[in-house]
Amino acid sequence: MNKSIFWRFLFIGLTVAAAIVFFLPNTPLFKSMPEWWQKNMPNKGIVLGLDLQGGLHLVFEVEADKAVESTVERYVITIREMLQKKKLQTEVKKNGLNIEVTPAGQDVLAAVKEGYSNLDITTAGQMIILRMNDKEMSFIKDNAANQALETIRNRVDQFGVSEPTIHRQGTNEIVVQLPGVKDPKRAIDLIGKTALLEFKIVDDESPVAAQFPSSIAPGDEERVLEQFSGKIPEGDQILFEKKVNRETGAVTKFPVLLKKETVLTGALLSEARVTLDTQFSTPHVSIAFNPEGAKRFEEITAANVKKRLAIILDNTVYSAPVIQERISGGNAQITGSFGMDEAKDLSIVLKAGALPAPLKMLQNVTVGPSLGSDSIEAGKMAGIAGTIAVAIFMIIYYRLSGVIADLALLLNIILLFGAMASLNATLTLPGIAGIILAIGMAVDSNVLMFERMRDELRTGKTPRSAVDSGYKKAFWTIFDSHVTTLITAAVLFQFGTGPIKGFAVTLSLGVSINLYTALIGTKSVFDLINSRHDVKKLSI
Amino acid sequence: MLEIIKNTNIDFLGKRNIAFIFSGIISLIGIFAMVQIATGQANLGIDFAGGTSVQLKFERPVKVHDIRKALEDGGIKDFDLQELTGENKILIRAKNIEIQSGKVSEQVTGVISQKFPDNNFVVDSTTEIGPKVGGKLRADAGMAIVVATIGILIYIAIRFKLNFAVGATVATFHDVTAVLGIFYLLGKEINLILVTALLTIAGYSLTDTVVVFDRIRENLRIRLKDPVESVMNLSINEVLSRTIVTSLTVLLTSVALFFFGGEVLHDFSLAMIIGLLIGTYSSVFVASPIVLLWGGNKPLGKK
Repeated sequence: MNKSIFWRFLFIGLTVAAAIVFFLPNTPLFKSMPEWWQKNMPNKGIVLGLDLQGGLHLVFEVEADKAVESTVERYVITIREMLQKKKLQTEVKKNGLNIEVTPAGQDVLAAVKEGYSNLDITTAGQMIILRMNDKEMSFIKDNAANQALETIRNRVDQFGVSEPTIHRQGTNEIVVQLPGVKDPKRAIDLIGKTALLEFKIVDDESPVAAQFPSSIAPGDEERVLEQFSGKIPEGDQILFEKKVNRETGAVTKFPVLLKKETVLTGALLSEARVTLDTQFSTPHVSIAFNPEGAKRFEEITAANVKKRLAIILDNTVYSAPVIQERISGGNAQITGSFGMDEAKDLSIVLKAGALPAPLKMLQNVTVGPSLGSDSIEAGKMAGIAGTIAVAIFMIIYYRLSGVIADLALLLNIILLFGAMASLNATLTLPGIAGIILAIGMAVDSNVLMFERMRDELRTGKTPRSAVDSGYKKAFWTIFDSHVTTLITAAVLFQFGTGPIKGFAVTLSLGVSINLYTALIGTKSVFDLINSRHDVKKLSI
Repeated sequence: MLEIIKNTNIDFLGKRNIAFIFSGIISLIGIFAMVQIATGQANLGIDFAGGTSVQLKFERPVKVHDIRKALEDGGIKDFDLQELTGENKILIRAKNIEIQSGKVSEQVTGVISQKFPDNNFVVDSTTEIGPKVGGKLRADAGMAIVVATIGILIYIAIRFKLNFAVGATVATFHDVTAVLGIFYLLGKEINLILVTALLTIAGYSLTDTVVVFDRIRENLRIRLKDPVESVMNLSINEVLSRTIVTSLTVLLTSVALFFFGGEVLHDFSLAMIIGLLIGTYSSVFVASPIVLLWGGNKPLGKK
C-alpha cells in the first residue's frame, strides 16, 4: 500500500475511534465500562434539549422600575423620620420618582442637603424636590436584575432540579431552564412569587374598620376598595385576608385595615421551615429572625401590646394575631390553611429571600416528557428511513462507487455524532431535522465528484486520471456550495432561539464533516483501488 | 452507467420569458403573503403573534367539535383547534392574549378535565409567549433573512462576479418568497420553524445555483467565441443530471422526515420539499437568465 494512503486510513480510523469514545456516554454500553473509564474518559456526550427530554423554559422580565419606586418610597420614610427627629414640621410626599418636601425652609433645606447629598436637590417655590440621579437609578435597576437572578437561583437550588440553567438576557430579562420538572405549575409559582414578607400593625381603632364586610365574594376586591376609598384615615391602607374553611375547603376573603407603614420585612429572617400544628396537624411555616430582626421584633411587639400584627406576604394578609406581650427571641409562625407542598414552597421562598422587584412572565415553553420521547422515536425512524433511501439510491445509480459513497455517508454520521458529543452539544428536535438533512446533503459532494469523474471518463481518460482530475475540478464547486450553507447556518445560530440554534449546530457540523469525509475518505478509497490494481474500468 | 438524463440539449434560456412569468406570479403571491404577515393578517404561529398553545394527548379518540363546544362553554374565547391525526392529540391555540403565568393553559386543562371526566389526558406541551417576545422573535427572523441574504450576496460576489451574485440572490429570494406564498395559500402556520426551513432552503438552493454557475464560468473561459447564451445553455445541460441527483438525495431525506418525523417537523419537511423543487427549478430557469440579462455579453467582465 502506498504510504500516503496508509496514513490517511490510519487518520480516518483514529477519528472514528475518537468519535466512538466521545459518543459512548449516550449509549447504554457506557454503564458497563470499567470504573476508570467512566471517571477519566468523556462522560457527558450529547445533551438532550428541553424539547426532547421535557422540561420548562421560562423567560421573565424583572420589573426593575418597581425596584426604583420602592427605593423612592424608602427614601420618603427615612427623610420623614430624619426631619421629625430634628423637630422640623414638614410634609414629605412621593410624586412619581420625585420626593417633595414642603415647606422649604432654610433649615429643612440644610438638613436634607446634609443627609442626602447623593440625591439631586432643587427647590421650586415652597417645595424642595429630591430625586435620584440617572446613574443611581440604573444601578438600582441593574442590581435588581442581578439580585433577582441570585434569588431565583437559590429558590431553584432548594426546589431540587438537576442541571438548571439560569442566566440574564439583555438588560432585565432572566432565562430559567429546568429540565425534567414534573410539576411545571408549582415550579413557575415558586420562581415567580415576589415573596415580600411584611409586618404591619392592624388599625382597629378607626371606626371605618367596623363597617367592613366580614367576607366578600371572589373578585370583589376592587369594589370594596372603591367603596372605602377616601373614607379610611390618612396613612392607612386596605389589604385582604384569605380564609379557607377547614371542612369545605371554600376560600373567602375579607378586608383588613392596616397602618401603611411596614414595621418589619422578611429581609431580616434567618430561618424558615415547615412545622406541624399539634392540634390539627396542619403545616405552618415557622420563621426566625436574625439578631437585628429579633431586636426590632421585640421593640415592635413591646410598643404594640394588645394590638394586632398582620403578617403579609405579597400583599395578602396571612394572619393577624393579637400581640399578647413583648416577644423576645425572634420567633414567629405564619399560619394559614396551607397544603404540605404549599408550606414547603413558602419556606423555600422565605429562606431564599424576596425578589427585589416583581417578575413578569414573557415566555413559557413547557414540554411533557412523553412528547419528547415520541419526538426522539420519530426522529430515529425518519433518520433511518432517509439514510436507507439515500444509500439504496446511490448504489443503484453509481454501483460500486455508490457503495464507496455510502461508506463515506456512514463515516459522516459516526463523526457527526462524535463531534456533537465532544462539544457536549445540545440536541433539539430541529437539530434532528438538521442531522437528517445533513445526511441528504452528505452524498452531494460525492455526487458532484462522481459526475465529474463520469465527464472525465467520457473524454477517454484512464480511471486513475479521471479520479484525480474529477476530484480536483469538483473541489471548488463542493467548497462553494458548502460555504453558502454554512453562512445560513451561522445566521440561524446567531438569531435563533434554543431549538433553532440546535438545528444550526447539527447542520453546520454535518456539512463541515462532509467536506472531510468526501475529500479525504472517498478519495482514499479510490486511491487504494487504483494503487492495488491497474483498473481498466471504473464502476461508476 | 445509469443515467437519469443523457446528453440533453434543452434551450433553457430560450424559455426564460415563460419562466419569468411563472416566477413573477409566485413571487407576487409570496410578497403579498409577506405584507399580510407584516400586518398580522396571516396565520402567524404563537411564537410570532404571542399567545398560548396547549397540546393534549387523550387516552381515547375525541371529536374536535366536542372539544370546541366544551371550551366555548367554559368561557374560553378566540382560540382554534387542530387535530393531530392518529394519536388522539389536540392542539389548542389562543392568540393575542396577555399571558399571566399559566392562566390560560390552566383554564383550558381545567375545562377539559371537567367536561371529559372519563377520557384521561396528559399535557404534552404548553407554550406561552408574551406579545413583547413575539415581536422580538418576528424582528429577529426578519433580520436573519436579511443578514443571510447579504452574506450570500457578498460570498458569491467574491467567488464569482457581482452579476452572478445578483442572479444567485434573486433566485434564492425567489425560492424563499415562493415557499412562503405557497404556505400562505395552504393556510399553514407561519412560525419560527418555517423561517428555519426557509433559511435552509436559501442555503441549499444556492448549492444548486453554484454548481450551475461553476460550470458556466468554466465554459465561458474556454469557449470565448461562442455566444454567452449558448454557453450557458450548454453548461446547464451538462450539469443537469447532478443538479437533479443532488436535489433528489436531499428530497429523499426530506420525504422521510415528512412521513416519519412526527408532527412538529411535518410542516418543516413540507417546506423543505416544496423549497427543494422550487430551488432546483430556479437555479436553472431564474439564476442564469438573470446573469445573462445583467451581464450581457461579458458576464465575466473584461478578461
